[in-house]
Amino acid sequence: MKKIFMITAVSVLSVTTAFADTAPSDVVFSDGAVMASLTTVSGDAAAGRDIFKNRKLGNCLACHMNDDMPKQQFHGEVGPPLTGVGGRWEEAELRGIVTNAKMMFEGTIMPGFYIDSGYERPLKKFDGKSILSAQQLEDVVAYLLTLKD
Amino acid sequence: MELKTLLTSMVIIGFSAGLVSAQADATLAVEGEVISTSASAPAFAENLDTVYSGWRFRKLETRSLQLDDFDNPAFVFVDKGIDLFEKVDGTEGKACASCHEDVEDFAGLRPKMPRVEDGTLVTMENLVNECRTERMGAEPWKYSGGQMTAVTALIGLQSRGMSVNVAFDGDAAPFFERGQELYYQRVGQLDMSCSNCHEDNYGVMIRADHLSQGQINGFPTYRLKNAKLNSAHARFKGCMKNIRATPYKEGGDEFKALELYLAARGNGLSVETPSVRN
Repeated sequence: MKKIFMITAVSVLSVTTAFADTAPSDVVFSDGAVMASLTTVSGDAAAGRDIFKNRKLGNCLACHMNDDMPKQQFHGEVGPPLTGVGGRWEEAELRGIVTNAKMMFEGTIMPGFYIDSGYERPLKKFDGKSILSAQQLEDVVAYLLTLKD
Repeated sequence: MELKTLLTSMVIIGFSAGLVSAQADATLAVEGEVISTSASAPAFAENLDTVYSGWRFRKLETRSLQLDDFDNPAFVFVDKGIDLFEKVDGTEGKACASCHEDVEDFAGLRPKMPRVEDGTLVTMENLVNECRTERMGAEPWKYSGGQMTAVTALIGLQSRGMSVNVAFDGDAAPFFERGQELYYQRVGQLDMSCSNCHEDNYGVMIRADHLSQGQINGFPTYRLKNAKLNSAHARFKGCMKNIRATPYKEGGDEFKALELYLAARGNGLSVETPSVRN
């Protein structure tokens, strides 16, 4: 009985999450920007900072330099430096670019971090999944907004 | 921010990053013999003026390992290749050396591989395994296994310094075209193609890695990362996994076609087998 209760609790929780977060396919873009938050919980900039440098999550640092992380040894040069990026872009623009940069910059090398389809031959374990969760995406956006010159 | 302003600043940043960390302007002399590490890009590679060996993108200490065969860690495996070359195996009681008495006779083969034989695209690994199964009555080696890479390194070494010159017209054209298509096809959860990194962004850092043009003139290559010889197909596989794509099969049609296309992109570079990379 206890087990059944727990299963019910878990499914209620996941349904709640599903309602709260915008699914990747439901994200609405406007000129490459995404106005509405993807979650009901505000982004956590400190968590976003970790995601930014974590090789298995955002790994943003692989391609972008960031003066906010002087202790990190290797900063990429593929994309534009993100030092001060929070002063150059609006929140909605940053959300749009991180969600799916191709909506703003056609043909960009930058992966879409909140898409779960539209890519070919994914490794099985990533099939139908987005790189970041909605909350992680909001965390990164919150972090980027703290980067001011 | 205005899009135009952003694009302008991206171009400037890209340009300055290129100046800071482009390929090294250095000369590769192996055992005193100068080997060409750049060449004019072939006409079909429209977005490149010059092709550069991956050697030019490595750090000084990695580059220097390739200057002297005594320092080159790949030679431990080449020695193993010599032993394997002379070792009798299979039902026919033959070794490679039974037919190919002098391994130096393979000089000139590596620059032409892969090549089309009777309508099939054939790699060096295919040639080795064909000899093993058809002539020696031996089991084929694993495509990128230690025995195979030891022997393909030994055979490739005989052509070191010669210019890569694969045929990609005539019979080879359909394979070349397939390879080209694969080169530009975006795959994986990261949705990236070979060209995104190795054509559009060579010369810049992707975190700790200095992006090269992805040339294959030095394969099999010894990688400091895994301390062994790596086949080109094993390297393709690693790249695909990095972008979270399901790799094609080593020795399969897709990777063979990609190998031909990449070899052709490097026509004019010197064979560097066995090279040293990180």
